[in-house]
Amino acid sequence: MTGEAISAIWLTLQLGVVTTVLLLAVSAPLAWWLAFSRSPFRLPVEVITTLPLVLPPTVLGFYLLILLGPAGPIGKWWVSATGDSLTFTFSGLVVASMVHTLPFVVQPMRQAFQDMGAAPLEEAATLGAGPVDRFFNIGLPLARRGLVTAAVLGFAHVLGEFGVVLMVGGNIPGQTKVVSITIYEGVETLDYATAHLLSAGLLVVSFAVLLAVFALNRRIPLGAGR
Amino acid sequence: MKTRPGMLNAAFSLARGGFTLDVDEQIELAGITALFGPNGSGKSLTLRTLAGLETPERGRITCNGETWLDAGKGLAVPAHRRPVAYVFQDARLFAHLSVERNLAFAEARARTGGPEVSRSDVIETFDIAGLLGRMPQGLSGGERQRVAMARALLSRPSLLLMDEPLAALDVQRRAQALNFIEQIPERFGVPVIYVTHQIDEVVRLATNMVLIAGGRIEAQGPAAELMARLDLPPFTGRFEAGSLIEAKVARHDERFALTVLELAPGTAIEVPYLDFPTGETVRLRIRARDVSLATVKPTGISLRNVLEARVEEVQAEPDTAFAEIRLSLVGQALRARISRASVHELELEPGKPVYALVKATALDRRLLTRR
Repeated sequence: MTGEAISAIWLTLQLGVVTTVLLLAVSAPLAWWLAFSRSPFRLPVEVITTLPLVLPPTVLGFYLLILLGPAGPIGKWWVSATGDSLTFTFSGLVVASMVHTLPFVVQPMRQAFQDMGAAPLEEAATLGAGPVDRFFNIGLPLARRGLVTAAVLGFAHVLGEFGVVLMVGGNIPGQTKVVSITIYEGVETLDYATAHLLSAGLLVVSFAVLLAVFALNRRIPLGAGR
Repeated sequence: MKTRPGMLNAAFSLARGGFTLDVDEQIELAGITALFGPNGSGKSLTLRTLAGLETPERGRITCNGETWLDAGKGLAVPAHRRPVAYVFQDARLFAHLSVERNLAFAEARARTGGPEVSRSDVIETFDIAGLLGRMPQGLSGGERQRVAMARALLSRPSLLLMDEPLAALDVQRRAQALNFIEQIPERFGVPVIYVTHQIDEVVRLATNMVLIAGGRIEAQGPAAELMARLDLPPFTGRFEAGSLIEAKVARHDERFALTVLELAPGTAIEVPYLDFPTGETVRLRIRARDVSLATVKPTGISLRNVLEARVEEVQAEPDTAFAEIRLSLVGQALRARISRASVHELELEPGKPVYALVKATALDRRLLTRR
């Protein structure tokens, strides 16, 4: 295996882990709010969080490029705060992946919170547990199946990203050149050996991850009783 | 309205999906207060509002001098800051925690200033020592409710709300669970508001009773007094008219398998043998239709319970042949349901002395409880 391929694999795994961890932290409260809020903003927010699912990655990538670019509102702030650019860097890739993968993490979590229902939370409240206490000690443990599903779907989705990554990150070895882009480049340059190797690798990893999740989900005792 | 300790002032209105609940009541918190009414009358909604799980658009709630809700000032103390615990119909044990950790959850969040309730107390009272290591999924309905009650008390509430906790249980388990519930106020010093639509549960448990129908509170007061009132049948219509009488077990007659219950010195009623020790106070419900009246003392009849009473109130049931009579029987209220023709013939009117004839065999054992 070439050094470039190994570096792409390593980078992809890093991106997957970092994005998934950050997304879980952001999505859990968001999914909680979507599941239980009676706010009139609930519906528009739900639509926004689902948009990345239906938009072509190029459209999403294009807008992200503009927002995150050194002239864009977020990019400008990032440059002044860290001295580094958000486009064509690993940090920018993480941000773009988070946006693109958001629905894959939020939806299963929201579903899990809804399946759990308000009943255990009401009970906890009448026992003196405040909102944060209820979220961490009742909500998260009872919805853990949904959390595991969300993490795995998110991770797998990040591994397979292509369009958004290409738009925002480009193709810088060791920085933004992930597996999917290396495969594309392999095909373009007729380096089928690398393309074969990485494609098969991605296939096997995806299969193994899903297998592990399904097996794990069976073993975790049901959260919400029954 | 001044709030005294042990007093709940609730005045609020709440609209939910076409149903309006209007409450304006001052309720004394002592022992067990039954919130009684038919399904869909707003009982649970009232309880949820007291707990802070529903926030009314208008109104004020104060309890023991603490303001829980003042909608005018935009104040609504959230559920977790009210010193209230709630036992739901479906127990709602936390499925991811063992029984022991369910108890620990409540204990860790116990209210300061609440009644002193210890883990060993509740484990003993509700007989759940053998369940501590189990997960909620493996428990029976009765076991779940016992754990739910123990857990609620461990959070040291100043008021315990119970929402038809026995509804999911079979007859035998209900009877057993009633024994546990009965002990709560005295053993733990926590007043209870108990929602039910089962009159036998009211008879068994309640000191006071609040009658609710169609989103309004129709009456409240001591349970025995309320059940004797003649103007309430439209609301209490789900159960047969009757009255609650308290009496002491005077003696047992082994030969004829009878037990003599004394209402007052010289006034006794005979009932089929009861397995209660002498001296014990029992409460019995006598159905209005099992009471007949006579203006002279009858002789030579098989009825053995002939009691001197006085007519307090006569109320004809419109469009029927019957009338309801409220009697005073050595200070206790007794209801009779007789034909309007008899009322006319016997010239029954308030103040008239009569003999009440009570059919002893008609006494409902289920409605006879220790006090």
